[in-house]
Amino acid sequence: MSEITPDLVRHLASLARILVTDQEVEQLAGELGVIVDSVATVTKAVSGDVVATSHPIPMANVYREDVILPSLTQLQALSSAPDSNDGRFKVNAILDED
Amino acid sequence: MAKEQLMSYEDAIERFEVVIGLEVHVELNTVSKMFCGCANNFGSEPNTNVCPTCLGLPGSLPAVNRKAVESSIAIGLALDCQIASNGRFARKNYFYPDLAKNFQTSQFDEPIAFEGEISIELETGEVFMVPIERAHMEEDAGKLTHVGGATGRIQGAEYSLVDYNRAGVPLVEIVTKPIYGALDKAPELAATYVRAIRDIVKSMNVSDAKMERGNVRCDANVSLREKGAEKLGTRTETKNVNSLKSIENTVRYEIRRQAFILAAGGKIIQETRHWHEDRGHTSAGRPKSDADDYRYFPEPDLVPVQPSKEWIEEIRQTLSEKPALRRKRLQTAWGFADLEFRDVLNSDLLDEIEATVSAGASPQSARKWWTGELARLANAQQVAVQDLPITPEQVAAIQRLIDSGELTDRIARDVVAGVLAGEGEPAEVIESRGLKIVTDEGALIAAIDKALASQPDVMEKIRDGKLQAAGAVIGAVMQEMRGQADAARVRELILERAK
Amino acid sequence: MTEITSSSAAVLAGLISSKQVSSVEITTAFLDRLEKLNPKTNSYLHFNRENSLAQAKKADQQLADGTAVSPLHGVPIAVKDNLTTTDAPTTAGSKILEGWVPQYDATVVRKLREASMPILGKTNLDEFAMGSSTEFSAYGPSRNPWDLSRIPGGSGGGSSSAIAGHLAPLAIGSDTGGSIRFPAAMTGSVGAKPTYGAVSRYGLIALASSLDQIGPVTNSVMDAAMLQDVIGGYDPRDSTSLPNSLGSMVQSVKEADVKGLRVGVIKQLSSDGFQPGVKACFDDTIEKLAAAGAEIIEVDCPSFEYAVAAYYLILPAEASSNLAKFDSVRFGLRVTPDGNPTIENVMAATREQGFGPEVKRRIILGTYALSSGHYDAYYGSAQKVRTLIQQDLAMAFTQADVLLTPTAPTTAFKIGEKVDDPLAMYLNDVATIPANLAGIPGISVPNGLASEDGLPSGLQILAPAMQDAQMYRVASIVEKLYMDQWGASLIARVPDLEAL
Repeated sequence: MSEITPDLVRHLASLARILVTDQEVEQLAGELGVIVDSVATVTKAVSGDVVATSHPIPMANVYREDVILPSLTQLQALSSAPDSNDGRFKVNAILDED
Repeated sequence: MAKEQLMSYEDAIERFEVVIGLEVHVELNTVSKMFCGCANNFGSEPNTNVCPTCLGLPGSLPAVNRKAVESSIAIGLALDCQIASNGRFARKNYFYPDLAKNFQTSQFDEPIAFEGEISIELETGEVFMVPIERAHMEEDAGKLTHVGGATGRIQGAEYSLVDYNRAGVPLVEIVTKPIYGALDKAPELAATYVRAIRDIVKSMNVSDAKMERGNVRCDANVSLREKGAEKLGTRTETKNVNSLKSIENTVRYEIRRQAFILAAGGKIIQETRHWHEDRGHTSAGRPKSDADDYRYFPEPDLVPVQPSKEWIEEIRQTLSEKPALRRKRLQTAWGFADLEFRDVLNSDLLDEIEATVSAGASPQSARKWWTGELARLANAQQVAVQDLPITPEQVAAIQRLIDSGELTDRIARDVVAGVLAGEGEPAEVIESRGLKIVTDEGALIAAIDKALASQPDVMEKIRDGKLQAAGAVIGAVMQEMRGQADAARVRELILERAK
Repeated sequence: MTEITSSSAAVLAGLISSKQVSSVEITTAFLDRLEKLNPKTNSYLHFNRENSLAQAKKADQQLADGTAVSPLHGVPIAVKDNLTTTDAPTTAGSKILEGWVPQYDATVVRKLREASMPILGKTNLDEFAMGSSTEFSAYGPSRNPWDLSRIPGGSGGGSSSAIAGHLAPLAIGSDTGGSIRFPAAMTGSVGAKPTYGAVSRYGLIALASSLDQIGPVTNSVMDAAMLQDVIGGYDPRDSTSLPNSLGSMVQSVKEADVKGLRVGVIKQLSSDGFQPGVKACFDDTIEKLAAAGAEIIEVDCPSFEYAVAAYYLILPAEASSNLAKFDSVRFGLRVTPDGNPTIENVMAATREQGFGPEVKRRIILGTYALSSGHYDAYYGSAQKVRTLIQQDLAMAFTQADVLLTPTAPTTAFKIGEKVDDPLAMYLNDVATIPANLAGIPGISVPNGLASEDGLPSGLQILAPAMQDAQMYRVASIVEKLYMDQWGASLIARVPDLEAL
């Protein structure tokens, strides 16, 4: 049986910053449960001595030189912002963490 | 919020063992950013040093700045770290509006440098070896401005504004292992350690190292345990403590606060805290929780950093003298007393004095200018003495004129004022302000005679042996000469007249 | 005009360079057709006649000045809507990006412009390329020109339906687990996924960074080879881009010769789970190749059994992080809930309304795969499966020069048939996913019509990493076998869209 509980879905959605309704939570828990049970077969395929591949073609040491390339103008930077003010991106107040 | 209760520092130290850990973020002074070609430049108009990559626009990709890797390796070497043969970037995932991609490209389990140490000498001469766990590369976030509300703080703000000019500026985060055994010296050790890191990155010229600009920032971890206990206590992490004094105060405050709670049988909450310099205390931020699941994974848009032995050796060759060694060398060469030298270090004027000396001034005169008159002027203007618009060469030039008798100390101060006021080089100031010393003895004697005429009893007093009576006449002469006379010479002339 | 729109890009390029037909005339012919027929196929999300014609005019002017810049000079092209374009909206098929006009061109788009290839428009896709049918596009599904009630494959169903419907002579796709090859198979077109890193990803709205690759969708193998030669090559803006040239694909197509070719058939992808008609087409091609002189070898890739599972951990994990930037701050949709919401509430509401159900499903799955306590079991194990698959392929390629599989288990299914069954949908990519996990090149070429439904089936050719030229060579051989048999390409048999 799947370990994907509604509470876990709620927690994951909060980490992923997606608002979910109770109904969505139930539905996602069911769907994800099935998917997770299926993909969990990977754990059977591997043992400790297999190395992980995170990049399909082995490469290393790719750098750019420390030189300045053209930036966007302020106007361009803000051109697709939902809201801006005073040359900056404007957002609602941030949750008080202090 | 209610004021927190504290134990006295002495009692706290008596009862508990202090364990500290420090995370120092150093902003590198590369020309361009860590992962894109935007200028790494402080103080530009908002959102002008930005591009698709550092704005996190869909489709953009990072590309690693070679110089930033080089500087990171250099810092690792300066801290006697091992350099990773296979370092990797990783994504640290969390949402925050100053983080353009909502993940920070950082390093996780494969940092560029690890397992180092640095020796730190306290004021008493006591030396601590601080163990370094790792130094890793990452990118800075943008800058938030909170608008509305009373104080510009995050609390009560109506909205916030984001400037991404700083987003993607290269950072090296240096993390210590837990530091044990500093006892009552823990606060001082913390501050001295951060100063040492700052001095190292500054002397290597890999960072501008200005703490007031946030080039060097510190997170301080503090925990206490009962003396003799094995298990580490719960720690708190105080974020972004940005001056040496604040670091010392933060650690001291946390020791006292935690000691009170523990002594009362309470529990320390593992949390992030903030230091308020103005109010002299830390306050709780959010507790550590599941929300801190950063879901690190290897950055798939970048390939591993595998520095060759040759490259590392090449970087090692460029490492400058270690600050501790340099300090020893300069103190000996200059013959400064310990107290004098500490003064220089505390006001962070080693570079300026060294430059002034190499421009021809004697070490003592250079020291007096920078820690005396110039420090006073800077203080009055509320700027850092290093930021005054006068160069070590100009200071040395003025000192040369004093040494040759062309300026008195007093006139020299006027020359300095002129230079600071933007009136040009010392010679130009002397010329335009008419500050040349009056060496024409005829003019001096005439002024003395004029002063004596209005104070006829003075000569008598001098002849009676009351030499201090000459003072009034000297004053009058100096006033007549608008200060541009050598007072000692005026005194001699008066005494001669009295014979 | 019908002649123009049913011609291959290679033929059109020849007409343009010999000045028999202008780029403006050709571009106009395609614009006329797509303006009329796009309502039927929903291949394009955006097109703009004036803008395309301005580019065509410029191409004609260069030609008149004697400064033709590329072998495909003046040939128009459709671009998948997950590549950034400064002169057209880029939505990635998502509501969250509705109306976004990017501040920069993707490297591939820049290369198309530099090659003077007018862009006809931006093609439909499953939202953020998550899907294999285009049913997850926020702007409605594209339809298969072979049968408008069926899917054209996905995620690149806009590009594949544009090619099969002759609404574009060439198209650009992106392939994370089969999004170029699967739609090509569903529509009887050619679709190639080059070696990972052969084409710059700069400006491709990332789905899964370590799997994504851009490639051509075309009418013929030669057209695909010509297009890869234009868009391929090193790009300093993409740190994973290959530093060395892979050579000329066109040259390789010209040299096609079957003699001495060792063809591998993968045991795990040649028997179970395939629609009988698809399997029959595959067996038939293998027989033809053997008859033409190729050596047929069965190879064993036991780890392929875990490929789909590994893929559906790696992809969501990387996607969950790549899609975090859609937060309503710098671009895109912003949804502000009632009351006095914090930015955190705004972000959560925006992502709730801006993302479709499949995107949310995968983001949450990926968040789980990376979360503390599960990373090693899920993401970590999946990355190890990748190593095993690479080892299987390395072994297989010691025995065979190329590996052949059916591209897809079935022919095109009906719109709505699998949309509520994520697992069934995921299995569409069973044969295409291993190439993405291993980074090797793969191409789908038309492989005849399945007997039971008369719909196209595809043949997939896999080659070792960086041997894209070898892949094109063999693709050309297979294509020629069919041309010899049928006298025309499969795509010539597409029903007349105007009559549907």
